[in-house]
Amino acid sequence: MKQLLSGNEAIARGAYEAGVRVGTAYPGTPSTEILESLSRYPEVRTLWAPNEKVALETALGAAYAGARTLVAMKHVGLNVAADPFFYGAYTGIEAGLVIVSADDPGMHSSQNEQDNRRYSKFARVPMLEPSDSQEARDMTRLAFELSEQFDVPVLLRTTTRISHSHSIVELDPDFVPPGRDLPPYPRNPQKYVMIPAHARPRHVVVEERLKRLAAYSEETPLNRIEWGDRRLGIITSGISYAYAREVFPQASYLKLGMTFPLPARKVREFAAGVERLIVIEELDPFLEEEVRLLGVTVHGGKDAFPLLGEFDPDVVRAGGRQLGLLPPEDGPAPPPLSLELPPRPPVLCPGCPHRSVYYALRRARMIVNSDIGCYTLAVLPPLSTTDTMGCMGGSISMAYGVELAGRPERAVATIGDSTFYHSGIPALLNIAYNGGRTIVIVLDNRTTAMTGHQGHPGTGIGTRGERLHEIPIEDIGRAFGLKRVFVVDAYDTRAMIRLLKESREAEEPTLIVARRACVLLPEARARQGPAYWVDPERCNGCGLCFSVGCPAILKTAEGKAEISALLCNACDLCAQVCARGAIHPGEERGE
Amino acid sequence: MEQANFLLVGVGGQGILTAGDILAQLGLQAGYEVKKSEVHGMSQRGGAVNSHVRFGRVVYSPLIGRGGADYLLAFEMLEALRWVHFLHPRSVVLVNDERLPPLAVTSGGARYPEPEEVRRELAGRAGRVLFIEGARLSRELGNPRVANAVLLGALSTFLPFAPSLWEEVIRARVPARHFELNRQAFYLGRAQVESQGEQMPH
Repeated sequence: MKQLLSGNEAIARGAYEAGVRVGTAYPGTPSTEILESLSRYPEVRTLWAPNEKVALETALGAAYAGARTLVAMKHVGLNVAADPFFYGAYTGIEAGLVIVSADDPGMHSSQNEQDNRRYSKFARVPMLEPSDSQEARDMTRLAFELSEQFDVPVLLRTTTRISHSHSIVELDPDFVPPGRDLPPYPRNPQKYVMIPAHARPRHVVVEERLKRLAAYSEETPLNRIEWGDRRLGIITSGISYAYAREVFPQASYLKLGMTFPLPARKVREFAAGVERLIVIEELDPFLEEEVRLLGVTVHGGKDAFPLLGEFDPDVVRAGGRQLGLLPPEDGPAPPPLSLELPPRPPVLCPGCPHRSVYYALRRARMIVNSDIGCYTLAVLPPLSTTDTMGCMGGSISMAYGVELAGRPERAVATIGDSTFYHSGIPALLNIAYNGGRTIVIVLDNRTTAMTGHQGHPGTGIGTRGERLHEIPIEDIGRAFGLKRVFVVDAYDTRAMIRLLKESREAEEPTLIVARRACVLLPEARARQGPAYWVDPERCNGCGLCFSVGCPAILKTAEGKAEISALLCNACDLCAQVCARGAIHPGEERGE
Repeated sequence: MEQANFLLVGVGGQGILTAGDILAQLGLQAGYEVKKSEVHGMSQRGGAVNSHVRFGRVVYSPLIGRGGADYLLAFEMLEALRWVHFLHPRSVVLVNDERLPPLAVTSGGARYPEPEEVRRELAGRAGRVLFIEGARLSRELGNPRVANAVLLGALSTFLPFAPSLWEEVIRARVPARHFELNRQAFYLGRAQVESQGEQMPH
């Protein structure tokens, strides 16, 4: 049966077919749907971990204990999980462990563009890279076999366009994964307790294993030569293979599905069989460097196909032109538009509970250290209220650093609820322990919003929507001994302004939980009132309400405010800021 | 029809990804190789959104290249102009009559183009440009969220697939309680093209 699956759905299907017992992840674009899809198979125990390090350590524990396990994360998640990633390569496993890293070339939803293929070589972990959904399913299944055959976790590396593109996968709808009994627990401290005396001999094993993996890489059909016109030979992998095939349909290909370790003999054989050899790969020259290290001449790589940004057929075509492999542009380009288009960057949704908090913060004129989540959009005009943001959980420590530097301005951290549980807790502990007067605002919208509403410890909701244990943020602050702990309605701008004024004078740390469910959550939708409206007699077009940056507030031809009934989610912020009392909740109309 | 590339563009929340799903599933059931690509994450509502859908005997790239869109479905007028570099002289452009001014227009100094400007800019860049009253018709049906079905209905008049196949695919994709409304919207979209005197090419 043919089915259209995204790369992420296909990975989940492959894991299910491989008899995976445990799946764990922290949500992160473009990886999130892997665990969501895996959760649809009732045979698999799936859970959201608070962060990627916890996810991978849980996965290692399960794999040591004899259960096939999948763990998924976005590229920067593997930075968080790097510690267990490296020792996992030393210990190996008892049952297959597949680690999915979904990279984000072009940074659609990320803070950097790192190429996680580097991690495979760094940690000596074999790596597979699918080029479409069929391969994503097949390679995931195979990765579990390889993991057990070579006693090592396997890195399955995708990119946004693999994870989020849909293509056809051939499935057996009646497939039932074979049942697997748990083996006896391995009492094997030489292998699983990495004290130096054990780790030194394990390092020898790691390097020996790499040689066996290299031999496998030569034989596996994952790495295949597709002979075509031998005047041009292309080494490529992943999504770049799809673009290259589109642009150079006649060329010869060395299509690499296993990109670490590389098949040296096959690379040489391919290079010897073509007149001109090029390497087409997104991001870093990972393959190109390896190929050059073999002493093979590369006639085109990063000099023509850029290191920066995401590829598409046009980028690959431009590289081909630059190398003289394609004729120059045919015909004149169509004329440019004769008007300038207003940009449409992503914005906080109408009714977003973050907006009112940043509106209050903007008036407080503090140094705002922010974090990873939808609220990062507050950096854009008209809110323009963020000074720093770098990685998950970083805001609290950065704000504390501002205070330690001895600046006169007050420092505040803004961090989302899910991000707080991810890695904000040790940062808050640091302040509670070392003392100070930093202000921490947790924007608690009761979900992991940006990745599409996943549960977390503050909601107590699991991967299948089931009720689990709920751990309130304010309880954590109080347990740390903080005395100034406040919970406010995020929509109550006046309360927030008052609280900020008071906290500014306090001589101890303050934790504010600004609570209000994400406006897209069904529970928020159910409680939502009718759209607000503007009384045109009272509105004088002063523009105060435009400054809150709500997409539902439009400007009429006379320059007055008008509220789109289609978009308004009735948060009341515009009515709170209107100095003329011109904005009213819907039910007041016509009364 | 040997192959076709569709580019669906608009604003987050307009049902573009659902329309892309329906189109891709239609291609699969009609026997094509199909690829579809879109990006999600980072703010669900309000940003520019696109979905690439490709039908063919063999399809490698999930993305369409410059000048490669046979059909551009613009769910919003301004967004129609953002993607003109994907058009070629035989492209069919269907523009929804929805106007969603971005923040740069409300709180910044930018200007939203008039419908006549949108029409003028598109003219000459494609084989046909049709304005479809998806916004008006869907509101008349009582649910602005079915404008995507109006646009798919308009698109269907250019493609060699029976309306019954479209209905089957839409029924499988939308919640059962919304199917009848989507079906009505789909046929209103078909009527829009027919009333504009367009010939079906197949």
